[in-house]
Amino acid sequence: MELVCPAGTPSALRAALDAGADVVYVGFRDETNARNFPGLNFSPEELKEAVVLARGMGRQIYVAINTYPQAGNLSPWHKAVDRAAAIGVDAVILADIGLLDYAQKNHPGLRRHLSVQASASNPEAINFYRSAFDVQRVVLPRVLTVREIAALIGEIDVETEVFAFGGMCVMAEGRCSLSSYATGKSPNMLGVCSPASHVNYEQRRGKLVSKLGDFTINSFPDNEPAGYPTLCKGRFVGQSGDPSYLFEEPTSLNVMAMLPELIAAGVKALKIEGRQRGKAYVTQVVSSYRRALDAALRGEVVPLMDMGNVAEGARSTSGAYQKNWR
Amino acid sequence: MKNTASHLTLGPHLYNWPAEQKRDFYFRIADEAEVDVVYLGEVTCSKRAPFFLPFIPEICERLEAAGKEVVLSSLALVMTGRERKELHELSDDCPWDLEANDLSAVALLKGRSHVIGPFINIYNEGTLDYLYGNGARRIVLPCELPAESLRALGNMARGRELEVQVFGRLPLALSARCYHARAHNLSKDGCLYVCEKDPDGMDVMTLDGTPFLAVNGTHTMSYSVNSLAGELDALQKFGVSHFRLWPQQVDMVAVIQTFRQALDGQIDQIEVQERLDKLVDFAPFSNGFFHSVEGARMVE
Repeated sequence: MELVCPAGTPSALRAALDAGADVVYVGFRDETNARNFPGLNFSPEELKEAVVLARGMGRQIYVAINTYPQAGNLSPWHKAVDRAAAIGVDAVILADIGLLDYAQKNHPGLRRHLSVQASASNPEAINFYRSAFDVQRVVLPRVLTVREIAALIGEIDVETEVFAFGGMCVMAEGRCSLSSYATGKSPNMLGVCSPASHVNYEQRRGKLVSKLGDFTINSFPDNEPAGYPTLCKGRFVGQSGDPSYLFEEPTSLNVMAMLPELIAAGVKALKIEGRQRGKAYVTQVVSSYRRALDAALRGEVVPLMDMGNVAEGARSTSGAYQKNWR
Repeated sequence: MKNTASHLTLGPHLYNWPAEQKRDFYFRIADEAEVDVVYLGEVTCSKRAPFFLPFIPEICERLEAAGKEVVLSSLALVMTGRERKELHELSDDCPWDLEANDLSAVALLKGRSHVIGPFINIYNEGTLDYLYGNGARRIVLPCELPAESLRALGNMARGRELEVQVFGRLPLALSARCYHARAHNLSKDGCLYVCEKDPDGMDVMTLDGTPFLAVNGTHTMSYSVNSLAGELDALQKFGVSHFRLWPQQVDMVAVIQTFRQALDGQIDQIEVQERLDKLVDFAPFSNGFFHSVEGARMVE
């Protein structure tokens, strides 16, 4: 089983490789990838160097070009695919049907993976992408249970990659316009959800209130740490009248305890989320998962490791992999 | 005079109304509404589907007898074995055209006449053209597209049928999780169909009491009611052929009539808005996505 790890900077890339990543996935420094944050991501030159470095260690580089090209402005996405092909990366991770079509027609030899942002949640959809665009791997949306994943693998002839650790969409990935509704900036088109440019914190009578655009997302007593106002991890008031985490608590996905089940299910690759996170996060999460995965692959008991300090909200969940999450 | 190039459509009913009430809603649409196309079927939650299913053939016959085109809409997020089986049955046996709302349905309908629903991600010309080539005879665009995208896609459609959402709460997000059940401390499996309590969705307020969203089971809707009544001329110029109204618990026959008269140029912008303001009293209007600003905003 492959360990696929995030890097938002060349130094995070080196950290991931040193910590035992089999593959590092990165994005270009523009709206063509779903972590389009200021100061993050790779120039074409940096990507070239990354490929040389990874090859030298016998590892691989994938490039995420996984936002949806904007009508009338396709060229940044086409250029990104062309560049990734010219640099000779090991795979591109794509979501948009038009872009998959472009990549297949213009770079048939470039390996194509289907991004989680395409939200292909069943064999019919996955087999469609396989037969239409010859995708070699699908990154599964975080909506399926482990049992459903095992059953699905029996019905597709495409490799599967699943999310193991990190921030987690509670909505079907790539099928959510909540952030766009509040800020006018579409994550699907621009690659950033709950953008920092629209975040504000206001002090109100002993409380710190976090806002996204005009909407209050959460509020914290002065002595508590204030979390980032990711829209779907906020507190809202439903008809009960009591504030609650209506969609999801601020929490991180962590499937370490389920590694033996995922291996038995036939999953090909484990993905760590967090291209926006720093080097320390990458080092800790990747090295922990390297140890855990090696143990699980040897059939040993997976060592329990406390990941609380790097988890969002210092809490973790096995998320949709267990049915009671729904 | 009726503008025959502009068709009004009624999108599938997204909320959990009692099946008989929903049937009566469609009967009234068949008998009284000047709408060209009616979509129906369970899009939101497969658990709701069995209740309404027995009424569908009778409703479709009545709609067709009234001269309306009928399209059956498929589930927007297909995950379980049961959902897949039901989708296969629908695509194998359905005498009406289907609207594909998940890529699984797009796959099953390849090479056959079908409609692509608004839950399929279409952001650009390449995807639009690919899906027409796959057999789609009409494509309904996602709600968050700005005017520039709609214009470019209208160009690419080159006279092929293209539909835009112009009225109703917008479906903003889908999930495996049911937020209605969660809000009532229930599991999705044991949900007691609590979503039936909220015929237009459950209002979601921010901590300071600002209305924000509306939960409809596994779907999250806008709190505001989208209205592109003021943008119809622009949409017609872009090449949009079909205009979708989402059912809400308001007088939909009157909403349909208002949009029909607006498309036909029989009433002016001010009168359209006055009528809509009277018909919809449960939430404010918005049109922000069209204008490249927050979807929640109303740009005058």
